[in-house]
Amino acid sequence: MKLLNQTIDFEALDNPAVTSYAARVNAGELLTFCAAARKAKRPLVALWGSDERDRGEGFGFALHTALDLSEGLVCLTLPLAAENPSFPDLAPIYPVANRMQRAVMDTIGAMPEGDADRRPWLRHANWPADFWPLRNDAKDAQFEAQNEDYAFVRVEGDGVHEIAVGPIHAGIIEPGHFRFSVTGESVLRLEQRLGWTHKGIERRFKGMGLSDGARLAGRVSGDSTVAYAWAYAQAAEAIGAVTPPPRALWLRALLLERERIINHLGDLGYLGNDVALAFGLMQFMRLKEDWVRENARLFGHRFMMDRIVPGGVSVDIDEDGKRAIAAQCDVLEGELHALKDIYDDHAGLQDRFLTTGRITPQLAETLGVIGLAGRASGQCWDLRCNHPCAPYDQLQPHMQLEHNGDVAARALVRFGEVKASLDLVRKILREMPDGDIRSEVRSDANKRGFGWIEGWRGDIFVALETGSDGKIRRCHCHDPSWQIWPALEHAIIDNIVPDFPLINKSFNLSYAGPDL
Amino acid sequence: MITFYAFLAQLIELIAALLLAPLLVGWINQCRAWLQNRSAPPLLQTYYTLHKLFHKDVLLAHNASPLFRAVPYLIFACMALASAIVPTLSTTLILAPAADAIAFVGLFALARLFIALAAMDVGTAFGSLGSRREMLIGFLAEPALLLIFFTTSLISHSTSLSSIVKTLASTDFIIYPSLAFAGTAFVMVSLAENARIPIDNPTTHLELTMIHEAMILEYSGRHLALIEWASALKLFAYSCLGIALFIPYGISATAGIMPLLTAAASMLVKLAAMGFGLALIETLSAKMRIFRAPEFLGTAFLLAVLAMLVHLLLEVGK
Repeated sequence: MKLLNQTIDFEALDNPAVTSYAARVNAGELLTFCAAARKAKRPLVALWGSDERDRGEGFGFALHTALDLSEGLVCLTLPLAAENPSFPDLAPIYPVANRMQRAVMDTIGAMPEGDADRRPWLRHANWPADFWPLRNDAKDAQFEAQNEDYAFVRVEGDGVHEIAVGPIHAGIIEPGHFRFSVTGESVLRLEQRLGWTHKGIERRFKGMGLSDGARLAGRVSGDSTVAYAWAYAQAAEAIGAVTPPPRALWLRALLLERERIINHLGDLGYLGNDVALAFGLMQFMRLKEDWVRENARLFGHRFMMDRIVPGGVSVDIDEDGKRAIAAQCDVLEGELHALKDIYDDHAGLQDRFLTTGRITPQLAETLGVIGLAGRASGQCWDLRCNHPCAPYDQLQPHMQLEHNGDVAARALVRFGEVKASLDLVRKILREMPDGDIRSEVRSDANKRGFGWIEGWRGDIFVALETGSDGKIRRCHCHDPSWQIWPALEHAIIDNIVPDFPLINKSFNLSYAGPDL
Repeated sequence: MITFYAFLAQLIELIAALLLAPLLVGWINQCRAWLQNRSAPPLLQTYYTLHKLFHKDVLLAHNASPLFRAVPYLIFACMALASAIVPTLSTTLILAPAADAIAFVGLFALARLFIALAAMDVGTAFGSLGSRREMLIGFLAEPALLLIFFTTSLISHSTSLSSIVKTLASTDFIIYPSLAFAGTAFVMVSLAENARIPIDNPTTHLELTMIHEAMILEYSGRHLALIEWASALKLFAYSCLGIALFIPYGISATAGIMPLLTAAASMLVKLAAMGFGLALIETLSAKMRIFRAPEFLGTAFLLAVLAMLVHLLLEVGK
């Protein structure tokens, strides 16, 4: 099958949840196809590398590029040489590819060619430059932690100085280093240095069974555990050629929307707190806590970890539970309405929110911003609407869009999505079919599957591949934060230093998710 | 006899300030917690924190100069002296002739200068960041504060705080429209000077937004305890000053134990009300963008000027 009028012949993959196509390409074809996709304004989903040398003579490494086309998900695989592997630089086409390429460089040792940015990204001099953790022949090893000398881009000029913040902060938050170049309070440039939470999760996946892998995937990012578990389950079900029972899919959607509501509530509270309106934080945290406790009561886990398993779900809901959730939705809707009025009418808060950290729709398009942050800048990316998997094809959610791209817009999208998710939850409770909640998934050897789910930050992507023993050969989990972090560097330009925490919070990106 | 009484009143006032200042902070934190639907920390929490800090080792940056170590003591002394010369219980104070309203403002300026220097001493980005923001706030707040004092000085024909308070408290109940303007300006200046919302956020952990906290990030142990205590004293001094200038009724102008006791009782009630008011302001408002601070303090300055004009136009010759 041909896509985007290109010569590449794609193979349609057997995947009940995600319409996906795959093809092996050469470097020229990859560049041309990516350029064509970019021209058609389609975003890059993920980019990762793998070690294929164990497949036999003539195999080296591989670079995988996943793109979001209107037809579905497309995965291009570029075989790389076994000795000194290198691949063409995709960053000129997709700026967001920069960090992903550097991660490929750090983990499997394949180099981007040409003028590409070749500074390490995940490797912080904590393992040697010739140790590549995702190569099959890399032994488990411990290295002494060292201080690295990272080449930040320097801004020179009269009165320009640097402010270095993190990775250790005054409060208890995740580690990230931010290097500001400022004149007075005005920010000229921000450069991020992330990757302080490397845990070796992708390496850990290797050799795991499909069901053990599900537990690990659910722990990639705690605030998105449902989305990761669902995406992983989709990939595993594609490998096992299983379609979960309909009721299981509806239950998954229920859990996912609950996760979205909970995280949005927390963010809305913290946005208030960052402008010193602690009242907002307390109220939203109270609402969030009510929902989290109800999760624990109904589903057995506050964040619903391990409730989605390959083949279905591990928990069901009875009529009492449905009534409890419906009642909870009504309560939240009323309280949310009151709190939104308070936020809307608070002159001090609106003064801080409006025009702060603005990403215009044009800039968002150039940078390829996806997810919630993209929707606040007029980018229509929501998998639930663009590529709906069951049951979203029947639920037909309404996409929440704003065009101002500032902190206020990101807050409004959150308010809108909580409201929309409440409606979805009610609809799910009403229309959920009866039946089984789980079917058996058997692993199949030498197969690959993709999972693609709209988490609350943006689309979460999982690429899963089994080896000849049916165990996991490579599992790549991709967090939308990869694509959105670079936008934050632009959002802060021309803002003042003390507004950074607020802008950062309005994105609320994951530090651990893009650093496995 | 009067000197002995002045000495005694002075001593009582100083001790009261040192002991009550952390209590006032604890009370404000409690009110704020209640207003935000949180369960409140104990009223004595500030004392526990000070106790803890005094028992901790001091961690010093290797390049810290003697100035860095001396500043906490200096600031504490400034604030203790400032609270001593505010006539809270009695207007008969032995230190009263030593410093007038202008010297009082100077005392705060001195403390500000040294803490800003100390913040830059170690050479971290946050120290300098906090210092320059503090200086921005300071140079806007001080003129407004001086103008407020000038209005009250014009009313009482003196710059001595004791005389001002004595005049305002002892004259028959007269409504001074100028004091309404001056009082509003004073509240605004106090919020800025004491690093409260909407100018600064005393409870924030976001280092990039800090003003006062950014300057003291490098301090620990007893140094930090002294600075925290000094901040509490500063807030206490400002609160007492506000009470003394704008609601002075109940202060003891005559010598004696009974007037002192009634003065103490009325001051406690007024302080509690004031603390609640501050908590209310802090709960209701969001922190401003730092470049709104000039507008805010400019308004305070304008109100102070209006107060003086109102006094000159309406009240002179009464």
